[in-house]
Amino acid sequence: MVPLQYYLVLSAILFGLGAVAFVFKRNIITIFMSIELMLNAVNLAFVAFSQAFGKVHGQVFVLFVIVVAAAEAAVGLGIIILIQRNRQSLNVEKVNLLKL
Amino acid sequence: MQTPILDLLWIIPALPLLGAAINGLFGKGLPNKIVNTVALGATGLSFLAALEAVREFIYIRNQEFFRKEFFDWIVAGSFRAGFDLQMDQLTVVMVLVVTGVGFLIHIYSTGYMAHEGGYYRFFSYLNLFMFFMLILVLGANYVVLFVGWEGVGLASYLLIGFYFLRKSASDAGKKAFIVNRIGDFGFMLGMFLLFRTFHTLDFHELFAKAEPWAREGWGVFGTLTVASLLLFMGACGKSAQLPLYVWLPDAMEGPTPVSALIHAATMVTAGVYVVARSSILFTHSETAMVVVAIVGCATAFFAATIGLVQTDIKRVLAYSTVSQLGYMFLGCGVGAFGAGIFHLMTHAFFKALLFLAAGSVIHAMGGEQDMRHMGGLSKKIKVTYWTMLTATLAIAGFPPLAGFFSKDQILGAAYQIPGGHPLYVVGLLTALLTSFYMFRLIFLTFHGKQRYDEHHVHVHESPGNMLGPLVVLAVLSVIGGWMAAPSFWSGPDHFANFLAPVFSSAHETEGALSEAAAHQLELILAGVAVAAALIGFFTAFWLYLRQSGKPEQIAKSLKGVYTTLYNKYYVDEVYGAVIVKPLLALSTNVLWKVVDVQMIDGTVNGIADGATATGDVTRRTQSGNTRSYAVWVVVGALTVLIIIFWPAIKALAGGAQ
Repeated sequence: MVPLQYYLVLSAILFGLGAVAFVFKRNIITIFMSIELMLNAVNLAFVAFSQAFGKVHGQVFVLFVIVVAAAEAAVGLGIIILIQRNRQSLNVEKVNLLKL
Repeated sequence: MQTPILDLLWIIPALPLLGAAINGLFGKGLPNKIVNTVALGATGLSFLAALEAVREFIYIRNQEFFRKEFFDWIVAGSFRAGFDLQMDQLTVVMVLVVTGVGFLIHIYSTGYMAHEGGYYRFFSYLNLFMFFMLILVLGANYVVLFVGWEGVGLASYLLIGFYFLRKSASDAGKKAFIVNRIGDFGFMLGMFLLFRTFHTLDFHELFAKAEPWAREGWGVFGTLTVASLLLFMGACGKSAQLPLYVWLPDAMEGPTPVSALIHAATMVTAGVYVVARSSILFTHSETAMVVVAIVGCATAFFAATIGLVQTDIKRVLAYSTVSQLGYMFLGCGVGAFGAGIFHLMTHAFFKALLFLAAGSVIHAMGGEQDMRHMGGLSKKIKVTYWTMLTATLAIAGFPPLAGFFSKDQILGAAYQIPGGHPLYVVGLLTALLTSFYMFRLIFLTFHGKQRYDEHHVHVHESPGNMLGPLVVLAVLSVIGGWMAAPSFWSGPDHFANFLAPVFSSAHETEGALSEAAAHQLELILAGVAVAAALIGFFTAFWLYLRQSGKPEQIAKSLKGVYTTLYNKYYVDEVYGAVIVKPLLALSTNVLWKVVDVQMIDGTVNGIADGATATGDVTRRTQSGNTRSYAVWVVVGALTVLIIIFWPAIKALAGGAQ
């Protein structure tokens, strides 16, 4: 049986990659994917804990997260399409109307 | 004892207040007739109520002091200032003069103001004035009196500045208000001192407590002396005495009925009323009495000399008013409070008449006020001429008109007090000057050649509602002094006897002369006074009718004196240079440019600038860039994690070593 730590380290690495990508990437779709990556890193941690402690709560949470992520993907992709239509660009640096 | 109106004494001042409220709030949309009805109805009913109250006071209560508390106004600890009104002999005189003369002047105003804009505003203010003046004379303690005192000041300010589009008028209003503030400051300090000493401001209680106090001799500045002098300071402001008289001549910017009612007959006599009302305080202090007498005497003479050379008909009357008020204070100062109040009453009749008649002249001349452009009017406006002549004879002191008796009493009292002869001489000289300048006014206005262009000025007699009050006041100017007349054939002086219970006598030495000798002296003094008046009359007659051209010669040969008098001793200029200018400089250069602009505005703006500067720095963090926020979230999360796991990290590091 794989020890819990391995799962958690993997989860932390995935989350860290997601966070770094979120901060440094310019393409909205990439940023969107990095969010998905962070969500799934968390999902992995949940499932690992669930299995380690023999309780079902973690898996229930994972289902919730997947549902929310699906909804978020629908809304997020809609926003991305609107941005593309309005600005002919997916560069997030150019979405800066609120900037000083 | 059924005394319905006395028990509802508040109704006398409340009626004019109601009139003022109705005209002030709704008058703009009402036709003049309704405004008239409201204003005249309010004052007329108030006059009738006053008559009834006086009748009840004299015949039902047999002149027993009446006082009633209507409601508590200020109650704080041991201090109580209630809305209390009272009625005694002094109030009787004042309330009848105020409502009676006030009513006549209201009638006159309906004619005089008929073609003026702001008709409703004028009557609203006039009624408001009546309200405050009645509060002033009916109030039973200094606090209520002070409400009226300030209120008449407000009404006076509003009415002086009635033609507020004219800068000189609004300036005159402000001047009156500010100069009065100086006096009011003293008045308030006086009130505070009285309350601290006696723990009450109620007249009846306060005077009862003050009565047994030791008299303070000359040069002793005890409590009562200081309190009296402070009250007198207020009186000096309100009644236009030296050195605070400067506002009254300028107050002539107001409409003429206002000059008659407020700046001649009633409001300006409030100071005399206060001194007479506080007679017990004043008689306890020799210093205060001497100061009152000297200030009154000096003002009387000083103002009379300025009146000699003025050319504006209303200015002459204004200086005459200042001078006559000086007489009243002289009377009070020599202990003859009754005589002072007597002169107040007769003066209210003839000076109101003089102003109203002057208004009628101005009306006839189409607004001209300069006597040099009048002349020969006696044939054209007969009623005005005769009534004005009556008032002139009265003020000059010709028997048997009202002014003769009252002025004679004051001069007699001044002559009889120890050391009073200089006061008497100056007073007599003033009487001569009064007679001179008044007849000068009459001769310049009504006699001699006409000095106006008949093609431009259509001289016309005033309408009946202006002439009616003139005639009534003329009759009063004749008979107003007769109550005191029997004393000339050794009879009783009804007026003095009536007022006697209110005043405490200052000098017990009065009875020193035997009755026959006193009577003889009185006749001699009266003879001298009449002689002085006659000299004034003949000088004016000779200078302005027989020898026209002579006045200019005299003016030229005495150029220095003439210009000094014509420019009113340069008092306004001196005040301007000594007080107004430094104050203005201080206000502009220090209070405005340093304290206000630099300190107050500097602090306020500094705080705002500081906030902006801080914001300039801190807003860099709020760039609006979503990804920088994400960085912050990550940094925050990492920080939290490190803090939470710090012991574990340390243990790990320790274990590694």
